[in-house]
Amino acid sequence: MVLSGAEIVIRCLQEEKVDYVFGYPGGAVLYIYDALFNQDKVRHVLVRHEQAAVHAADGYARSTENVGVALVTSGPGATNAVTGIATAYCDSIPMVIISGQVPTAAIGQDAFQEVDTVGITRPCVKHNFLVKDVRDIATTIKKAFYLAKTGRPGPVLVDIPKDVSMHKCEFEYPKEVSMRSYNPVVKGHQGQIRKAVQLLLEAKRPMIYTGGGVILANAAEQLTKLTRMLGFPITNTLMGLGGYPASDRQYLGMPGMHGTYEANMAMHYSDVLLAVGARFDDRVIGNPDHFAEEPRKIIHVDIDPSSISKRVRVDVPIVGDLKEVLEEMIRQLEANAARPNPDTLGSWWKQVDEWRSRECMKYKNSDEIIKPQFVIQKLWEVTGGDAIVTSDVGQHQMWASQYYRFDKPRRWLNSGGLGTMGVGLPYAMGAQLANPGAQVACVTGEASIQMNIQELSTCKQFRLPIKICNLNNRYLGMVRQWQQLFHGERYSESYMDSLPDFAKLAEAYGHVGLKIERPSDVEGALREAFARKNDLVFLDFQIDQTENVYPMVQGGKGLTEMILSAEDL
Amino acid sequence: MRHVISLLIENESGALSRVSGLFSARGYNIESLTVAPTEDASMSRMTIVTTGSDDIIEQITKQLNKLVEVVKVVDISEAAHIERELMLTKVRATGKDREEMKRMADIFRARIIDVTDTSYVIELTGNQAKLDAFISAIDPALVLETVRSGVCGVGRGDRILKV
Repeated sequence: MVLSGAEIVIRCLQEEKVDYVFGYPGGAVLYIYDALFNQDKVRHVLVRHEQAAVHAADGYARSTENVGVALVTSGPGATNAVTGIATAYCDSIPMVIISGQVPTAAIGQDAFQEVDTVGITRPCVKHNFLVKDVRDIATTIKKAFYLAKTGRPGPVLVDIPKDVSMHKCEFEYPKEVSMRSYNPVVKGHQGQIRKAVQLLLEAKRPMIYTGGGVILANAAEQLTKLTRMLGFPITNTLMGLGGYPASDRQYLGMPGMHGTYEANMAMHYSDVLLAVGARFDDRVIGNPDHFAEEPRKIIHVDIDPSSISKRVRVDVPIVGDLKEVLEEMIRQLEANAARPNPDTLGSWWKQVDEWRSRECMKYKNSDEIIKPQFVIQKLWEVTGGDAIVTSDVGQHQMWASQYYRFDKPRRWLNSGGLGTMGVGLPYAMGAQLANPGAQVACVTGEASIQMNIQELSTCKQFRLPIKICNLNNRYLGMVRQWQQLFHGERYSESYMDSLPDFAKLAEAYGHVGLKIERPSDVEGALREAFARKNDLVFLDFQIDQTENVYPMVQGGKGLTEMILSAEDL
Repeated sequence: MRHVISLLIENESGALSRVSGLFSARGYNIESLTVAPTEDASMSRMTIVTTGSDDIIEQITKQLNKLVEVVKVVDISEAAHIERELMLTKVRATGKDREEMKRMADIFRARIIDVTDTSYVIELTGNQAKLDAFISAIDPALVLETVRSGVCGVGRGDRILKV
């Protein structure tokens, strides 16, 4: 069948079973939008800014097992998309971004709305393509989806010049794709796995530390099974929340800069550390030299060899798909009668529980002023712990990750790697579209929400009943916290003056807005919001301006050098 | 430590910038980089000379392997290997210098490949040390221009980098 390049693009998306494309039209993608118009399988979500298109596609991917798809035009369309692409890249989210480009003959001529999209995005994509011939579109898109979701996932960009989308050729979608230069490892090395299992069985102070890889590999079930078989303590990183049920006794909370005392102490003083789909980054282990001071054996399972021995030396590296490797570990354990020594493990647990008894997550609640931690706890109660929670970046992000207990994977969506303010609302849009019946809450702050607030309009158009929980402290809270602690309380440019009345703003967009000022109104407001099944409700919580995120490991310090509360200062 | 990394990469536009971009983005050193298509025109071979600790070299090879278009990566300096570089040097060749230059070229087994009334172009191949030695052996005032290709390398004997 002879089709235009634009029609081929849409047919490829249909073949990949894409149900939503998030995008914004423009000159270079007019043919593609025309082809979109003539079909009804692939639905298009018109955002108000390209950055939000990519974030929404990213949120869609995070909340499902599918590849998120965004469509933008050339020039500013592509540059606006860059923040979204980099955000997805840092968290290894499978995405395909299709960008229009000026006609091939105009490339390099400084044409209207021309930028070197492939060049600009090269450092923040898993791979990218410029399609120069209409006959290459189908194989390129096939490759793009294949690359995005296999190996260590990531965003792949396909740049299509306008004339290429106009030209015609015979269309046939390739059934398979093979690339001699790209063959990700799937199965882990048997011998290495055996070595790892042996180490785990002999461990005196074992600890399991898992990250976003577990979520991406859909390996939460296997991880839970293995952890319960071994009876070891476990911690999930910010990206890995929900990988293991947070309400379980073996779970010690999150590690790292704002992690729990018990998780950090157990990480630091473990003698065998099993790291699964995590990358020992600076926000998790703090100073790597301090971390290395305590001798321990490290087993590191990851799909990406370059993540292994990057920041810390690893004793047993295992490269492979996490699900496969964990299943193999379980198989070997099942075939082996040996179990960890209950006495040694018991005395380790005694130590861990002693750390736990410090109750580092305790905070002083108030009857007068709303504490942000209290809002998150109530959100958890009101949603039965089963909402999809998105967040922006800052203090509210940490409070949400600390006080909402995630028992299932793909319930917590945030920008962990790049730390992009403004992702919360578009993530919620993608998640709500992907999960129409689910309760979706966007925990945000008055600064972050304004970075993509225009999307309230998109939410109205697509009737997305998101509940926005704005923890409004009139400050760039995390900046203010660091200025208080490390910059002599000089609050340089961290106070936000002239804020809008968010409740009225939400109403102006056609939504419901509530302003909550008293602790006694928090639960009622949340219940009212979630009872409104069909409305987006903007809850503007006026919270304590002076509240800080604790516990805290200062940048550059070691994991055991924690500030547990304001009294430690 | 100095390392010589050889790699095979798909001969696509932009492939070189993916490699060079990786080095600059992650702060790795490039002492020299050469690239040209192989006997199979769909593939190019690169030789990169870099320096770094063992940890950094391990990361460099892993990061290179991670690039989608890179087919194979080998650190050929891990074992016996051969390195060659080509240098073209244009020198002033007048009066008594004319004979002296000819003699120096002979000593280094270089070839004079262009002759004018006042200059020679001298072609010399060898490892980096030999090329450096030639440059320091001749009078710097006579050197008009120098161009070096960067290092090409290959493993000895059975060590073969091929798909």
